[in-house]
Amino acid sequence: MIYQGKQKIWSEYQKEIPDDHWFYVRSCIRQNFFPGAEVMFMKICRDLLGKDIYEAAHHTTCGGIAYHCDTIPQETVMTIVARQFALMTEAGYENYVASCITSFGNYIEILETWNEFPEVEAKVREMLWKACRREFNKPKYVAHASDLVYKFRNDIAARAKFRLVNRKTGEPLKVVEHIGCHYSKMFPSKGVGGAEYPYVLCGMIESWGGNVIDYPERRHCCGYGFRQYHVKANRGYSIANTHKKFESMEPYHPDMIITNCPGCPYFLDRWQYAISELEGKTYGENGYGIPVFTYEEVAGLVLGYDPWDLGLQLHQVAVEPLLDKIGIPYDPDEKYRGINHKDLLKPEIPGVLRCC
Amino acid sequence: MKENIVIIGGGIAGLEAAGQLIRLGYSPIIVEKQDHLGGHVAEWHCLFPDMTPASDVVSRLTENVSEANIFVNTEILFINHLKDSYNVMLSNGISIVTRIILFTTGFRLFDASKKEEYGYGVYDQVITNRDLEQWFSTGNDDRVNSRELNAVGFVHCVGSRDEKAGNGQCSKVCCITAVKQAIEMKQRFPEAQVYCFYMDLRMFGKKYEDFYISAQRDYGVRFIRGRVSEVSENIEGKVIVKAEDTLAGKPVKVTLDLLVLMAGIVCNPDCTKVASMIPLQMDSDGFLKSRDNIMDITGSSRSGIFYAGACTGAKTVPETLAEARSAALDIHNYITSSRI
Amino acid sequence: MMNFGFKIAPSATINLDNVDMEKFTLLHEMEPDVYKCMACGSCSATCPAGRFTGMSVRKVILDLQRGREKEAVRMLKGCMLCGKCSMVCPRGINTRHLILSVCRIYNEDKQ
Repeated sequence: MIYQGKQKIWSEYQKEIPDDHWFYVRSCIRQNFFPGAEVMFMKICRDLLGKDIYEAAHHTTCGGIAYHCDTIPQETVMTIVARQFALMTEAGYENYVASCITSFGNYIEILETWNEFPEVEAKVREMLWKACRREFNKPKYVAHASDLVYKFRNDIAARAKFRLVNRKTGEPLKVVEHIGCHYSKMFPSKGVGGAEYPYVLCGMIESWGGNVIDYPERRHCCGYGFRQYHVKANRGYSIANTHKKFESMEPYHPDMIITNCPGCPYFLDRWQYAISELEGKTYGENGYGIPVFTYEEVAGLVLGYDPWDLGLQLHQVAVEPLLDKIGIPYDPDEKYRGINHKDLLKPEIPGVLRCC
Repeated sequence: MKENIVIIGGGIAGLEAAGQLIRLGYSPIIVEKQDHLGGHVAEWHCLFPDMTPASDVVSRLTENVSEANIFVNTEILFINHLKDSYNVMLSNGISIVTRIILFTTGFRLFDASKKEEYGYGVYDQVITNRDLEQWFSTGNDDRVNSRELNAVGFVHCVGSRDEKAGNGQCSKVCCITAVKQAIEMKQRFPEAQVYCFYMDLRMFGKKYEDFYISAQRDYGVRFIRGRVSEVSENIEGKVIVKAEDTLAGKPVKVTLDLLVLMAGIVCNPDCTKVASMIPLQMDSDGFLKSRDNIMDITGSSRSGIFYAGACTGAKTVPETLAEARSAALDIHNYITSSRI
Repeated sequence: MMNFGFKIAPSATINLDNVDMEKFTLLHEMEPDVYKCMACGSCSATCPAGRFTGMSVRKVILDLQRGREKEAVRMLKGCMLCGKCSMVCPRGINTRHLILSVCRIYNEDKQ
């Protein structure tokens, strides 16, 4: 691997990311899967870095899941998105940041479509007006939330209490980065680092002390693939993709996986359990799995937030071996305690995959 | 016969045209940007289909131009259009007034790193057709590990017939070059598996088909019909290639010790720059536009401006030489007819 | 072990690293022309058995190089050795002789 070769490509795919004043839209599913991730993003941007990040209570789904499952026409998705832009305009913002990768891809795709076909944009403006009497300006900048954390990665590193380093050996952790397909595969120029060798997560990992692993199936889909998973008969294809990735990364003995998509961490995490049940195989050390994180969770960990406040107890793969490796303190008794010590109840321990 | 003739480009087209013009009694001036003559051919090891050493071709052509004025390491700064002639200003401070300019500006090998998915410049064991020729000549290239060379792959059409790469044209010579290089690798490493990943095999030239059959029958080179989609590197530093075996209708993958990208032929950007000084028209394929693509490939739309070789599109060595002779004759006819 | 109602779907990918070419190398020694096939398909188009049994010399030659020896040998069972494929092959491959050699090499262990 020639690192300078990648640097050359990265230098060709640098996008402009404004420093402040963002209109933030959440993901449909992330708050259920990774409840601490979006909260952490807000905390980092607002409390730690003092940025102006605005959220509107009335924002909805972007329609991306339905669009990619082919259940609603594109005009409908566009009108939903136009309404989101109207909320941004009404709040007085020009920079639009999405938490979800598919939303991000959806926004970019729609803006590019309007660029190419202004008559479609005019029609959508009319439909939005008829539907809810709203008007909108197109955002000046569209970013994914990982673009912002990438931009602030060194500010985070400067305030970090922990680094992605093995406390005992002093060696950098071996980190797999996984980018959501809709981040830059459709429009390579809209992603930091492009589509073949995206830099957005690599930059965070490098800045926070880890070593990035480039394994043969790095670019491969996590296996979610919308329709592949949503139809039960197709789930064998979904898990086969995930299985392929784990088989490919196995020889590198990764310590952890970082992702920037709502679906990827979920499937890379939960399918490890399913693979262990189907094949009797696990990919971490001593029968554990390889812990999978969102980039916000990792930012929270290096900044010293309590792992249970980050919602890491909702992961299928136990995170404790990694916390021990880095030296992050945690209280095992507090793992399944919610706000005000409410008992969240302990999940059943799987038969094959070792969990804490 | 004191007519100035400026030849832009000292590759094989420029050399051959100059040699012919000298034989016709003229004293042409060759302007070459690089420090050596012979262009791309000078960087090649040997040529299909008879494995002729490329250096023999270049030295024979160079011998024929010993009487010509040759400026190497020299660029064209600008060209001014005078009433019925051109003022050519060179980077060495010399300016030439001439009625006749011959473009033998050649081509540029497609920059294989633009096909990011193939990992040229990123993965250690990925090289280009030119790199391999240089390794044949010098034996020096850290990317080629002669001690462990069990599997080699060739990717055809890198930057050719590829709209996304900005070149929709067939580069014509890469198919036969891949066959030649595959045979040469088999000669050096008889036990190695050698694969060619192709979309179509275009064996149009003299004895090319024989060469291809020999690669199959005598050397056992394995041709797989399918364009490589993605290249990656495994933990041992070997390259993994993914393609579709379109004849089997199934995806195929293979681990290789060396991957050779057959970089295609695109118009030389320096040519485009100089052409814009006159200005000359570009054709829809991105190369210089001839007056007529059938009857007058060496003629331009402007009086006194001639073309030869790959500046008007991908060409083989014999085609280029034939065009250079043709252009020399056209220039001779142009001079004699205007004298009357 | 849980039953989820689905399993990890098997991959359709041909991994050339795992294809044992030993027998094919032997075949190539006996029948050097086997590598001359350019997959034009005229043998299959003219084959009287092909449209009923799936027999195709083109596919046999390909399958043998892709680790699908059983499929190839099974296909050859449909061949009646009529020789029509030898007549049409533009590369002059003696397909009839090739078929017999394939049977000799690959049938030894009764696949």
